[in-house]
Amino acid sequence: MSASPLLDRSLTDLSAALSRREVSSEETTRAVLARIEATDGRLGAFLRVSAGLALDAARASDVRRARGEARSPLDGVPIALKDIFLTKGVETTAGSRILEGFIPPFDATVVERLLGAGAVVVGKLNMDEFAMGSSNENSAFGPCRNPWDLSRTPGGSSGGSAAAVSARQVFGAFGTDTGGSIRQPASLCGVVGLKPTYGRVSRYGVIAFASSLDQVGPLGRTVADAAVLLGAVAGHDPRDQTSSARPVPDYLAGLEDGARGLRIGVPREWFQGGSEAGVERRVREALATYERLGATLVDVELPHSRYGVAAYYLVAPAEASSNLARYDGVRFGLRAPARALSDMYGETRDAGFGAEPKRRIMLGTYALSAGYYDAYYLRAQKVRTLVRRDFDRAFERCDVVAGPVSPTVAFRLGEKVADPLQMYLADVYTIACNLAALPGLSVPAGLHPELGLPVGLQLVGRPFDEPTLLRAARALERELGPSPAPGGVG
Amino acid sequence: MALSPEEVRRIATLARLRLLPPEEARLAAELSSILDYVRLLEELDVTGVEPMTHALASGETPWRQDEVLPGLSPDEALANAPARDGTCFQVPRIIE
Repeated sequence: MSASPLLDRSLTDLSAALSRREVSSEETTRAVLARIEATDGRLGAFLRVSAGLALDAARASDVRRARGEARSPLDGVPIALKDIFLTKGVETTAGSRILEGFIPPFDATVVERLLGAGAVVVGKLNMDEFAMGSSNENSAFGPCRNPWDLSRTPGGSSGGSAAAVSARQVFGAFGTDTGGSIRQPASLCGVVGLKPTYGRVSRYGVIAFASSLDQVGPLGRTVADAAVLLGAVAGHDPRDQTSSARPVPDYLAGLEDGARGLRIGVPREWFQGGSEAGVERRVREALATYERLGATLVDVELPHSRYGVAAYYLVAPAEASSNLARYDGVRFGLRAPARALSDMYGETRDAGFGAEPKRRIMLGTYALSAGYYDAYYLRAQKVRTLVRRDFDRAFERCDVVAGPVSPTVAFRLGEKVADPLQMYLADVYTIACNLAALPGLSVPAGLHPELGLPVGLQLVGRPFDEPTLLRAARALERELGPSPAPGGVG
Repeated sequence: MALSPEEVRRIATLARLRLLPPEEARLAAELSSILDYVRLLEELDVTGVEPMTHALASGETPWRQDEVLPGLSPDEALANAPARDGTCFQVPRIIE
């Protein structure tokens, strides 16, 4: 079954159609569920579909719309969530065996806000275990595939989120981004993915990976869709102590302001032959498009770029080793049978964690252990300061920084699993943004000239300057059009 | 920098991970290769550089009032427990 014209609509178009009552949420949700049913056996984007809950929510939305009481533009719109957001009463696993069967007793703030806005949550999406990975192959429940080519990965860790949005299974999704986990899969699947500024969206009820880096963000088929989704969840939450109190702007307000007058920083270090030729070509064409639209390209330097991956692979595992200590078989999740408590811990964690979380727990425990803390974790945190200063200096001369998201287009399943370090280097361009706590976005920049697979352009902005990122992304989208529908799932 | 099998076992004990010997050997090799890579940071002079202990500027995140708010009931908190005894989480014996 190919996607119907109804499912081909953007979220923003669907929202307008719902408000004109041309289509009902129930009808849309039934089409979404049928699409998932028809395609997900091949795609593997969903870990769980909540058809009953979704149809109830859709019917309730239709009643509200009929009474003229729509709660928001998202009222009645079918979306889905990475399986890292706690959903009250609905199993949440973070892609791990250790949480199989875990039924959260409360909703994440993001979920609470989406349900409050009337959104129809149809299910929970596949992901790398505990958000650790760049290909979705680390999911304990089987891989997700790329809707452009089922032999390739969708990227990760929010692979299911990007694949579902791209494949027209849902109108939008939420993921999390610790080192590129929204932007890289968005790039590889040809959708828009936004990692907001650290502190912009609450992480309350979001299963923690690396707390000084994790941030929640939307994936959509258009820039406006991503803007609407972000607006629905952004803003202060007293339950997350890292949540900023800044007011939330209207993310649609300046969206059509164009690229004229924008100063776009082009970091030398991101164009030194590290990307495959087809990727670099599309990225350079996007930059030329901006110039044609009246933006100015400015050469900038990010001299500490080459240290980003190394700093990240100390900070993130260190924090993960601490966050994952809670999975001990005592209060929730898996418990392996054992006669003594100390054995129970070891057996439970051995049976429950896959290879990647174990690798990172080990690395992080080592980096934090007595005698090594200064040499590893503390030094890496100092390098973060240097990475942030690079951007602060660049932003004295430009409004956004632009470059590739991923050095390659979607790679084949199995291509990088044997060498963890090769997989880590897939994040080489996305990590700096997390280290520096800045907002970053991936917007489709066309297809690879030979392979016909999506290439994303990355835009990084000043803290809390998501409006400029969205405006710049929209200017490019208006020229290129949103990415076409993928051909891999029918 | 090569990690010895003893060192891998020591870290596994700290992390409460029980590893089987083949896993130990694989992790020793993988961790050694990652640690070799992160030695790249040693090139940098970080003298006088403050570590980034907070990702946000101070004042960005307000303090909340220190007041009691409703939380989970004991039954809700225990609903996912692998084993419980009344209002307690039950664990295997600690002392033989």
